[in-house]
Amino acid sequence: MDRPEVVAPVGASVPRVDGFAKVTGRARYLDDLDAPGAWHGVTVRSKIAHGKLEAIDLDPAFDWSQVVVATAADIPGANVVRLIEDDQVALVPVGGHVRHFDEAIAVVAAPTRALAFAAAKAVKPRITPLPPVFTIDDALAVTSTLHGSDNVYKQFLIRKGHATDAELEAVFASAAQVLDGTYTTSPQEQMYIEPQAMMAEWRDGRCYLVGSMQCPYYVHKAMKHLLGCDAEGVVIAQSVTGGGFGGKEEYPSMLAAHCAVVAAKAKHPVKIVYDRDEDIAATTKRHPARTRHRLAVDAAGELLAIDVDCVMDGGAYLTLSPVVLSRGVLHAAGPYRCPIVRVRGRVVATNYPPHGAFRGFGAPQTTFAYERQLNKLARARGEHPFELRKRLALRSGDTTATGQLLGFSVGTDEVFAAIEQVAGAPPVRDGVNANGAPVRRGRGYVFYFHGAGFTGSGEQRLAGRAAVALTASGTFEVRSSSTDIGQGSITMFTQIAAAALGVGVSQVSVVDPSTARVPDSGPTVASRTCMVVGGVVERAARALRAKLELWAAEVGISGQPIETLAHKRAAAGGELVETITYEPPPGIQWDDATYTGSAYPVYGWAACLVDVAIDLDTYEVTIERCVQAVDVGKAINPSIVKGQIEGGTLQALGWAVLENVVYQEGRVANANMTNCIVPTFADAPELETILVEVPYPFGPSGAKGVGEIPMDGPAAAVANAVEDALGCAFDDLPISPEAIGLAKPRWRLS
Amino acid sequence: MKVTLEINGESRSVDASPWKRLLDVLREDLRLTGTKEGCGEGECGACTVMLDGEAVNSCLVAIGQCDRRTVTTVEGLANGEVLHAVQRALVACGGAQCGICTPGIAVCAAHVVDRGLVTGTDDATARARIRELLAGNICRCTGYQLIVDAIVIAAREVAKP
Repeated sequence: MDRPEVVAPVGASVPRVDGFAKVTGRARYLDDLDAPGAWHGVTVRSKIAHGKLEAIDLDPAFDWSQVVVATAADIPGANVVRLIEDDQVALVPVGGHVRHFDEAIAVVAAPTRALAFAAAKAVKPRITPLPPVFTIDDALAVTSTLHGSDNVYKQFLIRKGHATDAELEAVFASAAQVLDGTYTTSPQEQMYIEPQAMMAEWRDGRCYLVGSMQCPYYVHKAMKHLLGCDAEGVVIAQSVTGGGFGGKEEYPSMLAAHCAVVAAKAKHPVKIVYDRDEDIAATTKRHPARTRHRLAVDAAGELLAIDVDCVMDGGAYLTLSPVVLSRGVLHAAGPYRCPIVRVRGRVVATNYPPHGAFRGFGAPQTTFAYERQLNKLARARGEHPFELRKRLALRSGDTTATGQLLGFSVGTDEVFAAIEQVAGAPPVRDGVNANGAPVRRGRGYVFYFHGAGFTGSGEQRLAGRAAVALTASGTFEVRSSSTDIGQGSITMFTQIAAAALGVGVSQVSVVDPSTARVPDSGPTVASRTCMVVGGVVERAARALRAKLELWAAEVGISGQPIETLAHKRAAAGGELVETITYEPPPGIQWDDATYTGSAYPVYGWAACLVDVAIDLDTYEVTIERCVQAVDVGKAINPSIVKGQIEGGTLQALGWAVLENVVYQEGRVANANMTNCIVPTFADAPELETILVEVPYPFGPSGAKGVGEIPMDGPAAAVANAVEDALGCAFDDLPISPEAIGLAKPRWRLS
Repeated sequence: MKVTLEINGESRSVDASPWKRLLDVLREDLRLTGTKEGCGEGECGACTVMLDGEAVNSCLVAIGQCDRRTVTTVEGLANGEVLHAVQRALVACGGAQCGICTPGIAVCAAHVVDRGLVTGTDDATARARIRELLAGNICRCTGYQLIVDAIVIAAREVAKP
């Protein structure tokens, strides 16, 4: 009833297939599932950032008869949350090291939540403190050894157009102009509104896990290792997921470990649903970063050389940090023409909770740096910042920092033209706001890009699979492990498959991802779901249609509508399934050893304009206007794409002016929504979104990734607008009222 | 204590500690799980319900305060399978993404639309008013734009004579 009939629906704003369930409250998230006999799990955490766990004492005054306590000793397989490296433990073992505040030490389960909380308080870890590391500088100076000999988890080096550092320095020494700036960006909380949640149940020796997650097969891989079982020994299913933004990429494996181990001991299903404070305190955040960016420029204003040195804080375990850093360095030179580039990146170990995946995945940090630098260059040259970007931007035929020759789907001119068309006059500089306070206004621009899909040969290695099936009931089913976490993938897959099959959307459904019945399509990350997995779905649907038409020819009923054929074929018995594996576009070459080649199969391109008003009494920055033009290749569902861009844009604007995670001695000091704030309806400006479509020949109907790109640019656009307004630079996020006030001696209100 | 409430037009009684949160009574005792918990401290608005016609955060209301009062939750907005104008507009505009904040937003928006609180003769004024009225409901997915679009449409539809 909530699914109107639309034929050939690609490009139409088909209402979301899950819309009805969500507006009526019928959609069942993990905590809404009926779970007869389920117990509640609560995690016991370290209240110290670094130390040796000497013992776990149980308060003898507490009645333990109704409660189970699971520790590292109860883990049947390896005590490791398997991801890139096996360095993170699921539960700190006695004799082992606690590496961050709020690290998990034990899990208790009890028939009621209240009893479980009481029991968790009665578990007393004994920890001998060790010296902690809380800054990038201390990590690099190895004030305490946390990882290897140098505390560096991973480093990358990109070189373009020069062989040695001396040659690079010679370019800087002889340049007409050099700009040298250092930019810091703050940790950011994903703040999905549904906290992390998972439930485990053991039946017949098999562990069934259901939870709020992005990547069922990540959890599957981690659980096989941790439970010491084969692929059949554990089944992972996704419940309706209330937002992820990267925050439910790697962390759910930790939750799954805790649930599975304590449920085995309790001999009951166990549900763990984090409270908001626990979620903010213990789970991953965006990596804080410090990026030094140098530009060498000739007298005509052409870029001679770019030199970037980015250091990210990885936190207490390696988790996804190498990949986040990789994306950061690959975007660090920006979408600008330059013959000589050096990008160095390092991610270091500290004693903070691990920093991890968050929309943009390293690129927002380095984008902030290069787009501040371009702005400073424009100001120094007295050139209009938008014109300077247009002049220097990469276009088809240019090469990126890794030497990738850009060919198709480069929307540079189109996004500039889109912004130009609506920009209008800059805001009136001085005025009065609704409170009667004087304000100062300014305008900022950015231009940026974002690589879609996995880096380098990642998609080839991953070889994601998806299937389309004709079911016994005569309708079609898409089977993939891609999760809908609000981004609309099930609706878009429905549209893509329906269009390729030549049927109405009501004839297609997308099954809920469970490792028991969908192939591994790869994780739901990296702006890859629509472009990569959607492309596989499109091919599978076409192949299935061909199979169906072949059958029709064999039985002599060719020429009938696909829906009719489908019902006749179903009546003949048996399922018809096509499973397809991803194939990279031709000409993709990447060398991991030298970091050269095609870093991504294709890029999204975007330009953004922001107008700000700064209250000269309270120093508050109000974003009065924000226009984003984004080249998405092809909008499969324009309403969904718009929703993605606007959601990402507001996360970026929030990161620019009001979001922050404050650490004190390794502990998150603002672990609640009262103090760890995100933009409300009233904080958000009206967002103007322009969809630009420069098709990607190898995406479904020309579509390319869009999930992350809107997060990369707007923070720098805000900083550039504030610089325009106040006449001085703001190079650190967030640009809070405190930051504006402290900069008052530098204001130049000419 | 024994508390009797009228929930979505139906009289229901529960026996619970007077300190139990209305949110928990709805979700656990009455199994009305449409109302969500996002923060438990009145910041996110995911648990918004109407109590005697006023929008409240049900995580901040003790059940002891609710005896003989009227509660409307997201489950009570639609008339059978016929959606409230706000729900229809949220579906049509794509105002629900992950959907976890949607029940609270739908309840609050239905409240402001039904009460005719979205005043303003022009679009910009109406939109600014909606932003102010809904400021207690946080959505992390949409950037709010498509939700405001939906509420404008619903307000016009409901205001029609």
